[in-house]
Amino acid sequence: MANSMNITLKVWRQAGPDAQGGFETYVVPDANEHMSFLELLDVLNEQLIKEGKDPVEFDHDCREGICGSCGVVIDGMAHGPQQRTACCQLHMRHYKDGDTIVIEPWRAEGFPIIKDLVVDRSAFDRIIAAGGYISANTGAAQDANALPIAKYNADLAMDYATCIGCGACVAACPNASASLFTAAKIAQLSLLPQGDPERKTRVRNMVDQMDKEGFGDCSNHAECEAVCPKGISISSIAIMRREYVKALAD
Amino acid sequence: MSLTSHLNSPIGKKLVTGVTGLGLTFFVLMHMIGNLSMFSGDDAYNLYAHFLMSLGPLLYAVELGLVVFFLAHAINGVKIWMGKRKARPQGYKVYKSAGKPSMQSSSSRSMIITGIILLVFLVFHLISFKFGPGGPGNGDPAYLTTIDGVEMRDLAKLVREKFATGWYTWGYTAIMLLLVVHLRHGVWSALQSLGAMRPSLSPAIYTIGGLIGLGIGLGFIVMPLALYFGMI
Ligand code: SF4
Ligand code: FES
Repeated sequence: MANSMNITLKVWRQAGPDAQGGFETYVVPDANEHMSFLELLDVLNEQLIKEGKDPVEFDHDCREGICGSCGVVIDGMAHGPQQRTACCQLHMRHYKDGDTIVIEPWRAEGFPIIKDLVVDRSAFDRIIAAGGYISANTGAAQDANALPIAKYNADLAMDYATCIGCGACVAACPNASASLFTAAKIAQLSLLPQGDPERKTRVRNMVDQMDKEGFGDCSNHAECEAVCPKGISISSIAIMRREYVKALAD
Repeated sequence: MSLTSHLNSPIGKKLVTGVTGLGLTFFVLMHMIGNLSMFSGDDAYNLYAHFLMSLGPLLYAVELGLVVFFLAHAINGVKIWMGKRKARPQGYKVYKSAGKPSMQSSSSRSMIITGIILLVFLVFHLISFKFGPGGPGNGDPAYLTTIDGVEMRDLAKLVREKFATGWYTWGYTAIMLLLVVHLRHGVWSALQSLGAMRPSLSPAIYTIGGLIGLGIGLGFIVMPLALYFGMI
């Protein structure tokens, strides 16, 4: 039987988008090392419900690090202290009895708070809708290797394609820039023949949309790469800049 | 879309900041190397300054370019900083860097502060030296010298006077250290902005950027200190 841990949580509570928020302190007396971070919040919520209080709202779905729904800032770091890990995959074995943990929502103008730790990330959907797709009629599925793609490009495109749209890059960026998210999609499609026909309008429109959504500018702090659960490299941002300049060339 | 709106886009701003930043880095490097001529004696220093002045229209063109670069660099820096305040109106109660591969540092976070101090220093510096005694619009016979029959400005005399004072010398030294801090993030960041980065090269380029900054800063500091301590 795992030893139980007494964990103190300082959680951002905010009743609604325009309500005044603030930190509330809660104690979870019987956490244990086998819990995931979100299970800790589940236990807290059961406690709160039993006490007749409002449970803490937080986003989650797959709980296996692939959907991008979860995401909170834990002790000042987006998704918490373990790199390449969405917070649903963070486990309490990284903490010890008596620890205090501060939990905040993503903070960015482009991600308005809906309630407590839940933010509205539809700005990301609008950035993708501005050009993060290909609009070819593909018909029936092709043979797997009918369209030759260099191995290097295929691998790199796959790396950029692993973005799960969680928004940690924005949350951790000192400027609240959405460059890594936007660049990941642009870089992925720039490396594939399917992405070629629309490459110029894509980069222009997506960068434009990113700006309109109120995200900040990139200052090359590279903090986004450090918190990205998929470890997406800021080399994507360099590709996005090159694509942008090429798109202006005519 | 017009050219100005492209230059104002998130990417345009970074490209302008990067290109002008690299240009200005090259300028301070050249300026630093020029300063070292003081180690070959006052005449060598004055001759070098006189040579630059004698370039006439070419010098004015370069000076105009520098003004444009400084302004574009500063305006973009301020815009990026203001944009960041708008993009995150409410900050975090606790905020920490997640560590490598993050390049966040005291240097990257203080670009706006070091930048503004350097800009204020620049104005002060131009008033002290370029437009100081013996300079344009400030002809002073006491700051003229004749070398090989050619009459020219005795800039070395002014430099010696300035760096005989403690507060001036140490103040200058402190500002040059801030320049090192600015360049530590700046050189790397400019190269990344211009899209010249392979991930595997990033750490090496970051180190080289830091060394370039350190070299420029130390190069600027040695001459005033040598004067102050009476070594040259
Ligand atoms: S780039 Fe990484 S941190 Fe940003 S949204 Fe995609 S997966 Fe999340
Ligand atoms: S809940 Fe799906 S990634 Fe965390």
